[in-house]
Amino acid sequence: MATQTQIPVEDQRAPVIEPGHTFSTIGEKVSNIVLKRPISLGWVFGFLVMFSLMNMLLFALGYLFLKGTGIWGITIPIGWGFAIINFVWWIGIGHAGTLISAILCLLRQSWRNSINRFAEAMTLFAVACAGVFPLVHTGRPWLAYWMFPYPNTMNYWPQFRSPLIWDVFAVSTYFTISLVFWFVGLIPDLASLRDRAESPFTRGIYGILAMGWRGSARHWHRYETAYLLLAGLATPLVLSVHTVVSFDFAISIIPGWHTTIFPPYFVAGAIYSGFAMVLCLAIPIRAIYGLEDFITPRHLENSGKVMLATGLIVAYGYGIEAFMGWYSGNKFDSFLLWNRLHGPYAFWYWSLLATNIFIPQLLWMKKFRTSTFWLWVISLIVLAGMWLERFIIIVVSLHRDFLNSSWGMYYPTKWDWMTYIGTIGMFLTAMWLFVRILPMVSIAELRTLLPEAHVEEAEEVER
Amino acid sequence: MSESSVYGLMAEFDSPQELLEAAHKTHGAGYKKLDAFSPFPIEGLADAIGFHKNMVPFVVLVGGIIGGLSGYLLQYYVAVITYPLNVGGRPYHSWPSFIIVTFEMTILFAGLSAVFGMLALNGLPQPYHPVFNVSEFAKASENKFFLVVFSTDPKYDASRTREFLKGLAPRAISEVPS
Repeated sequence: MATQTQIPVEDQRAPVIEPGHTFSTIGEKVSNIVLKRPISLGWVFGFLVMFSLMNMLLFALGYLFLKGTGIWGITIPIGWGFAIINFVWWIGIGHAGTLISAILCLLRQSWRNSINRFAEAMTLFAVACAGVFPLVHTGRPWLAYWMFPYPNTMNYWPQFRSPLIWDVFAVSTYFTISLVFWFVGLIPDLASLRDRAESPFTRGIYGILAMGWRGSARHWHRYETAYLLLAGLATPLVLSVHTVVSFDFAISIIPGWHTTIFPPYFVAGAIYSGFAMVLCLAIPIRAIYGLEDFITPRHLENSGKVMLATGLIVAYGYGIEAFMGWYSGNKFDSFLLWNRLHGPYAFWYWSLLATNIFIPQLLWMKKFRTSTFWLWVISLIVLAGMWLERFIIIVVSLHRDFLNSSWGMYYPTKWDWMTYIGTIGMFLTAMWLFVRILPMVSIAELRTLLPEAHVEEAEEVER
Repeated sequence: MSESSVYGLMAEFDSPQELLEAAHKTHGAGYKKLDAFSPFPIEGLADAIGFHKNMVPFVVLVGGIIGGLSGYLLQYYVAVITYPLNVGGRPYHSWPSFIIVTFEMTILFAGLSAVFGMLALNGLPQPYHPVFNVSEFAKASENKFFLVVFSTDPKYDASRTREFLKGLAPRAISEVPS
């Protein structure tokens, strides 16, 4: 505290973009990563590792389609297991991108401009990974289209009163809107790449993707309106997605699930893990690709602060769950609390408290928020913690419900692990390709941050 | 070159401020058919070239209303008319359960209208456009700012318009073949 009061906060903040850049150096620096930089051995090696992990996923899924979900550790009473844990974990990670792009855009946080592109890409890949799980968990994924309402010869329709159908709509809308939001942001930068590309082939590819964007003032005007409206639409959407995911639990009557705190607590947890993933990827990428000028310590520190704030909301959620277990006087709720603290999964509950609540408190100290090493380590710990949170919510609540005769234990099999680790491979494969194919920092938006970009309306506007 | 094969005259500027001022002067001098090009959005530039009719918000509103209505009516049709299921005597028209899908459909349709409406109103994708015939125009996505007076403008005259643009002190002036 003493050190904080003697330093004026304004002077200490790192800039959003390092001084000395011009319109063309920004374009050059960002587009050269895609257009000029040779492919390094490290990139190839990393790509091969991630690509093999992704193939492990395909193998695990192939075997799953052959044998059915019996190859997983799910049984009755724990019918949800890894599939839903990983679904919720990935979809939570996928929250940071749209939060950064939409909510921070509406709040005019200019520091978002250098990390939004990259975070949105991360969102898309994370939501794609999330989508794998409910799909394969249905057991017969080739019939998954039955979840969508369409007139069919079976004369059957989905049940719109079910949270599982709400989830289908929420997640597919979220993916679609995140995709178009990301693409709209990319259009001007694709035009930049088109104009910079030297070979006719790359020029052609980026030219097709840029769709003939030429930076006309009329186009920019409509573009900015559309972007702002998309941000406004995506803001309630991003908050709704994890709310709806939490309804999958909260609408049921299982102790530990049937609670009204779930929606806000899930959303906070999602943003928490999303920012952890942003930091986890941004810290190595900015070092490898020399983007320290654009992703400055200010970005990292701000992300650390968001993690701290959302982590505290999550801590409050745990506190209320524990309090209600005791205060409600409901014997099933109080048993759940006892079972979490002392039951067979107690070790994991205490690990959850350590990784998600106690260790991230280090972020109160500026030393940890400004050290890339510590931020990276803490973000990995938070990612593990948020995974454990979903494990505790799903497995511990299900494994001992109302009837002792239906109690059981959950043991994930190697297929569960292969599928889970495989999706991490799929996510990172996509990230690996993304950093080399598309500009990972928004060139046009960074340019607007330069002082030269600001104009003064000297003359009166005649209409 | 005959006038019909000319798309317009293009003036090149070095900074957003110069472009904005030039756009104001050109529009003020009576040229109404003109466009400005920049690597990033410039505040007030659309106003300066006389562009005020932005239909994007309207398209988004209509898209959102259609999405919301179709979401709700779909659920009503399914739950009440075509596939009514009596679950413990609860009403068929259980509207609170329909809120979420209605909300998601509103956002989905409004968001897609924003994107596709913006692209359609901008006339994109557009495989060919005359401005790209000027080789310097590649810098329009980089660090240069351009103003184009179309040859269709009633006030357009190859030599007089060129003289006028010269008065704005651009870096270069080039004719854009159509």
